[in-house]
Amino acid sequence: MADNPQKPAQATRPLSPHLTIYRWPVTMATSITHRATGIGLSVGAVILAWWLVSISNGPEGWHSFHDVSDTPIGLLVVFGLTWSLVYHFLNGIRHLAWDLGYGFEKGLAERNSMMILVGSIVIAVAIFALAWTGHGGYLR
Amino acid sequence: MNSAETPLHKVRGMGSSHSGTGHFWHERVTSVALIPLSLWFGYVMLGLAGTSEVTALQFLAHPWNAILMGGFVAFSLWHAYLGLQVVVDDYIHTPGTKIFLMLAIRFSVIAITATCIFAIVRIAAL
Repeated sequence: MADNPQKPAQATRPLSPHLTIYRWPVTMATSITHRATGIGLSVGAVILAWWLVSISNGPEGWHSFHDVSDTPIGLLVVFGLTWSLVYHFLNGIRHLAWDLGYGFEKGLAERNSMMILVGSIVIAVAIFALAWTGHGGYLR
Repeated sequence: MNSAETPLHKVRGMGSSHSGTGHFWHERVTSVALIPLSLWFGYVMLGLAGTSEVTALQFLAHPWNAILMGGFVAFSLWHAYLGLQVVVDDYIHTPGTKIFLMLAIRFSVIAITATCIFAIVRIAAL
C-alpha cells in the first residue's frame, strides 16, 4: 500500500493526548482486566475440553488429567481461571447494567470498580478455601 | 450519480463496517445466558473438588447435567468467539494478519466446541 500523502510530518505539531499520558483511573484498570480475563478464559476453554475428554476416557483418563492439575503449577492455573471467571462474571454484570444505562456516575463507577477487584479475589480465595477445608466434593 | 451498490446493500445501510449491531447484541445475549450457566458450573466444579475418578463421570452421565454442561460449553465458546474478534479488531490493523487471526479464532472455537460436545456425549454413552 502506498504511503498516505497527507500523513503529517513527525513531531511538527502536538498530538492529542494519548493513552500513555493519562493517570490510570481504576475504571481503566477494570476495563483492561475484563479483556485480559476474557482472553485467559478462552485459553481455559482448551483446558475444559481437555478435562471433559479425559473424563470420557474413563478412570485412567481422569488420573492423567489430575496428575497435571494437582501439581502446584496446575493448581495455580486453576486458581487463575477461578479468579478470571469470578471477575469476568461480576464485571460482566456491571457491563450489562451500563448497557441498560445504569451506573455511569463517576463516584459510583469508581467505588464498584474497587468492589469488583477486591471482591473477585475474596470470592476466588473463598472457593479454594472451601475446597481445601473439605467443604467441596458434595456431588460425591 | 451511478452507484455500484445494489438496492439491497443500500437499504441495509451497513456501509464499510460490513455488519450492523448483530455482533454487539449476540455478545450480550450470550452473556445473559452465561449468568445462570456459570453459577451452575461453579457449583459443579466445587462439588467435584477432591472427589474420586468415578464421581465426575457419573455426574456428567446424568442427562440434565450433560445438557447443562453442553449449554455452558456452547454459550461460553460463542461468547469467547465474539470477544476475541473484538480484541483482534481493536489491536490488529494489518489486513493479512487480521484475516489470519480471525480464521484461526473461528476454527479453534469450532474445534474446541466440537471436542467438548463429543466428550460430553461419549461420557453419557459410557
